[in-house]
Amino acid sequence: MLTCKEFLQELSDFLDETVDPGLRNNLEAHITACPNCFVILDTTKRTIQVYKGVDAQPIPEDVHLRLMRAVDRKAAARRQPNAT
Amino acid sequence: MTTTETGTFDEASLVRRAKQGDSSAYSELVSKYERKVFRLAKNITQNDEDAEDVLQDAFLKAYEHLDDFQEQSKFYTWLVRIAVNEALMRLRKRKTDRTVPLDEPVDTGEETVVREIAVWEDDPEQRYGKTELRGILDESILSLKPAFRTVFQLRDIEELSTEETAELLGLSVPAVKSRLLRARLQLRERLTRFFKRKGDDVFAYL
Ligand SMILES: [Zn+2]
Repeated sequence: MLTCKEFLQELSDFLDETVDPGLRNNLEAHITACPNCFVILDTTKRTIQVYKGVDAQPIPEDVHLRLMRAVDRKAAARRQPNAT
Repeated sequence: MTTTETGTFDEASLVRRAKQGDSSAYSELVSKYERKVFRLAKNITQNDEDAEDVLQDAFLKAYEHLDDFQEQSKFYTWLVRIAVNEALMRLRKRKTDRTVPLDEPVDTGEETVVREIAVWEDDPEQRYGKTELRGILDESILSLKPAFRTVFQLRDIEELSTEETAELLGLSVPAVKSRLLRARLQLRERLTRFFKRKGDDVFAYL
């Protein structure tokens, strides 16, 4: 049986499903027997999900406008390579 | 093209049109990704002004080098690489820099990262409004050390691979992995304060 510390060391790879099958069996056996690590696994998984699930905030209007103007200038320069 | 492919199809055709000189197609790509690039830039530079500069420089540079973009990869992933490089360059250029360079070794070993173990509510996101939830997430990620925050940002938010993240940040694969683990555990800890099921506090010290 893995210790909790050993389990935690492998937590990330376990979540990313990059551990080999033998180790995965041991990790699965650990969470079946250890409610603490089960909760850590579950809440860490949900931490990642909640970050993935939230859209980025709209950017401030003035930042957006300045960006669009800069892109337009670039586009104009692309059309007329000799213009400044 | 079937309708299920619309998302990817749209992007590919926008990129193609932009390459052919259609600037409105490029503007659409900018509008689509400006929020994400700004968030990424802000999480690396921790500063609105720098984030705006990174945002502009990244989109202008991408426009300039559009012909180099290989269409078999995803446009957004390509854009992220440009934006991260711009953001890191800006960090290095900062004169009064108190931040630790991201490729410097950090102690990832002996920190006690698991202090509180508590079951979360089934749907904790429902307890908070959209704006409030964003505030909690932003504040939590900004409280991480830059070395951890950037790795989490690239791996779990931008969904880059471990190898891509290592290459961009000038880190080894094991360093990326160990930082990602700390980042995830520390964020878990912080979010637990907001999301834990009311009335059953369980504290455990590992
Ligand atoms: Zn355990």
